[in-house]
Amino acid sequence: MILAVDPLLVDGIDLAVVLIVLLKAGVAFAMLLVSAMLVIWFERKLISDMQNRIGPAMAGPWGILQTLADGIKLFFKEDLLPARADRVVFRLAPYLSLVPAFVAFAIVPVGGDFTGGGDGTVSMFGRSTFLQVADPPVGVLFFLALSSIAVYGVMLAGWSSGSKYPLLGSVRASAQMISYEAALGLAIATVFLTSGSLSTHEIVVGQSATTWNVLATGIVPFWIFLIAGTAELNRPPFDLVEAEQELVGGFHTEYSSMRFALFFLSEFMNMITMSAIAVTLFLGGPAGPIVTQRLAWVWPLFWFFLKVMAFLFTFVWLRATLPRLRYDQLMDLGWKVLIPTALGWFLLIATLDIARDLGWPTVPVVVIGVLVLWGGAALLSSAVRKARAERLEDAEADRDERAGTPAGHGEA
Amino acid sequence: MSIEAPEGTHTDLDSAERVHRRDGSAVLRVSEAEAFELAGDPDNPDDDERMILNMGPSHPSTHGVLRLMLEMEGETVLRTKPVIGYLHTGMEKTGENLSYLQGPTNVTRMDYAAPLFSELAFSLATEKLLGIEVPPRATWIRMLMCELNRVASHLLFQATNGMDLGAVSMMIYGWREREEVLRFFEKVTGLRMNHNYIRPGGVAADLPDGWQDDVRRLLDLIPPRLDEYDTLLTGQPIFRERLQGVGVMTPAEALALSATGPILRSTGYAWDLRRDEPYLAYDQVDFDVLVGTYGDSFDRFAIRLNETRESLRIVEQILDQMPSGDYRTQDKKVTPPPRARIDDSMEALIHHFKIFTEGFHVPEGEVYVAVESPRGELGCYLVSDGGPNPYRMHIRGPSFVNLQTLPHLMEGGLIADAVAVISSVDPIMGEVDR
Repeated sequence: MILAVDPLLVDGIDLAVVLIVLLKAGVAFAMLLVSAMLVIWFERKLISDMQNRIGPAMAGPWGILQTLADGIKLFFKEDLLPARADRVVFRLAPYLSLVPAFVAFAIVPVGGDFTGGGDGTVSMFGRSTFLQVADPPVGVLFFLALSSIAVYGVMLAGWSSGSKYPLLGSVRASAQMISYEAALGLAIATVFLTSGSLSTHEIVVGQSATTWNVLATGIVPFWIFLIAGTAELNRPPFDLVEAEQELVGGFHTEYSSMRFALFFLSEFMNMITMSAIAVTLFLGGPAGPIVTQRLAWVWPLFWFFLKVMAFLFTFVWLRATLPRLRYDQLMDLGWKVLIPTALGWFLLIATLDIARDLGWPTVPVVVIGVLVLWGGAALLSSAVRKARAERLEDAEADRDERAGTPAGHGEA
Repeated sequence: MSIEAPEGTHTDLDSAERVHRRDGSAVLRVSEAEAFELAGDPDNPDDDERMILNMGPSHPSTHGVLRLMLEMEGETVLRTKPVIGYLHTGMEKTGENLSYLQGPTNVTRMDYAAPLFSELAFSLATEKLLGIEVPPRATWIRMLMCELNRVASHLLFQATNGMDLGAVSMMIYGWREREEVLRFFEKVTGLRMNHNYIRPGGVAADLPDGWQDDVRRLLDLIPPRLDEYDTLLTGQPIFRERLQGVGVMTPAEALALSATGPILRSTGYAWDLRRDEPYLAYDQVDFDVLVGTYGDSFDRFAIRLNETRESLRIVEQILDQMPSGDYRTQDKKVTPPPRARIDDSMEALIHHFKIFTEGFHVPEGEVYVAVESPRGELGCYLVSDGGPNPYRMHIRGPSFVNLQTLPHLMEGGLIADAVAVISSVDPIMGEVDR
């Protein structure tokens, strides 16, 4: 079986096909760039509202051109290169961060009619195609791969700066993004189980045929994806990588001018991409009612936009509300809560799938499954407790050893 | 690449000395160049993974120009050395060249978040030397303004504490409420900060007409906002996780380090000068001294939040009990004659001129007066040689003394805890460096 092939490519490749593909890539690139700028403005304006202040107001109507003005300003700033930096890597890192943010968006279906069994095909210059730049059969894995590459941008930026704060930031970045990628991947894996495909297009088609994955997988993976995604984006409350109050600027402390702007841009592009992926995987992508038959093609785009905006709003909202986690708390949350939960839920969904295939009664399977998971959770938490108690004992012993000098005197 | 050490610094530490400095209980007293030597020697394979991180004096969360040298292993802080002096302007020395009437202008710039307390301590000390009593209304006005100033200062703490923990919205909210208090100050004193309002002999001006309405408005406005902080921060799991058990201190340690104010009270030791050594008219108002249980950063946060409520309670009582009468002493030696008299009387003109040029003479002696500032015991030590300027003026700044607790509180925490600890000690660098 050939998985999910874009109808555009079925009849062979000629000039028109190449041009259409280029057009799609170009439009996606331009739209992403523009929307990243608008999202920066959106975030600043929204968080200003939440914080009782006006926010950008001078550049253009409602300050909408503020990002452009900032970009121009940054463009004319001096591009500093720290004396102790690793020059090649230092220059390369911003692009390692930016490119994956762009490329990952290529697999997101942004429009097309999925109602009533429609497969989202649109007609473009007499050819039928999907409204997404590419639809590789391993689409979601492609996304995971790219988000792994994005880690390198942040990590290498910090490491190559030859400075201590960025170094700490990059150490945090690699640990954080790698751990949360595991939770992210496990949350997505449940989507594979219910959809039976890795292609984003197939996943969207599957959701419009039955129900959205957010319900089909039972909410939990969606929450895990949301939390792990926020951490993957280094957004508050997981913005330890650039934690201003602790690490000054984190990995981009030493960056200035356009290189800094690239990091800034890529952060917001990543935010858009992550929101779009979440919409695709869990909320039916562009699916939604076609309200009017005139300009019917606008509606899927509109629904997609609306869903993405909901996520963007959530990200800003989190930033305005929550304090930042500490490094060890972040790791605890990732390894002791999110990953076990995601794994357990994945196993439960898989068990239910098999039970359905083999015709086992559902209720006992669910009961046994939940009991097994509960037992696993109890085991895990007791292990965590024991390890913690031992660690505290060790610390206590350490303190007793040093108890000779009264605290705070003479030392440091 | 290597950085050249400045001339005259030790670059030839032999390995035994290095081991001693790092692993023993040696005092961390190294120059930056030496720190670099110790921290990063890529050629030495035996070098362990400790590094000296220089935090400040320009750092987003060092509250001005505090500088910390942190010895770190990964993210864990092993030892801390606070370095101060980046805001030193010699204010105590300046005080010796200013007359007693000019003194408040000087000291008010020390703790710029709670300027009225420095003015109060200085004025009380001067009055004690002079042996004069101020009228009751002046005392009560002082109390009103100081309690409102405590509210403003604690609100500022809430703002910066929230910001240091990453809750950026809290910064704006705290400042928003503080601004309301400062607006009242501006109405009364003419300035938002550095008021020079409390002066030897009383206060600079009487409260403006309708001040009761303004104070009532503050009393209506701020408590609901404090409840909002509770919703936003106190009950917030991440916030609690970040503060509970961070920077723990026992009462004995706090006393040994001379910590006062919320830091001492957070350990459970109930000590508040307003209650234990009453000054002004604090024995005539009803308020509670709040103490913590664990001595951690969360207790310090909670104490400040609730002390704000206590201060508002005091303000409410002051509003009901404010006596009428003079707002400054009628002692001709200290108080200049009213403006109208100067046109009529040559003596009044001369008198006015003398007070504002030479200043009034203060009897010989020395005196120490302490008040409870939002940060702890704020003392003013004055020595007079009988002249119009203090022979010596010293301010016991609570921020300065409390800063000693930093190395102890930070030990063994993560770098994020270090930031939370600085924030919970709430130092004002103007008062530290003076």
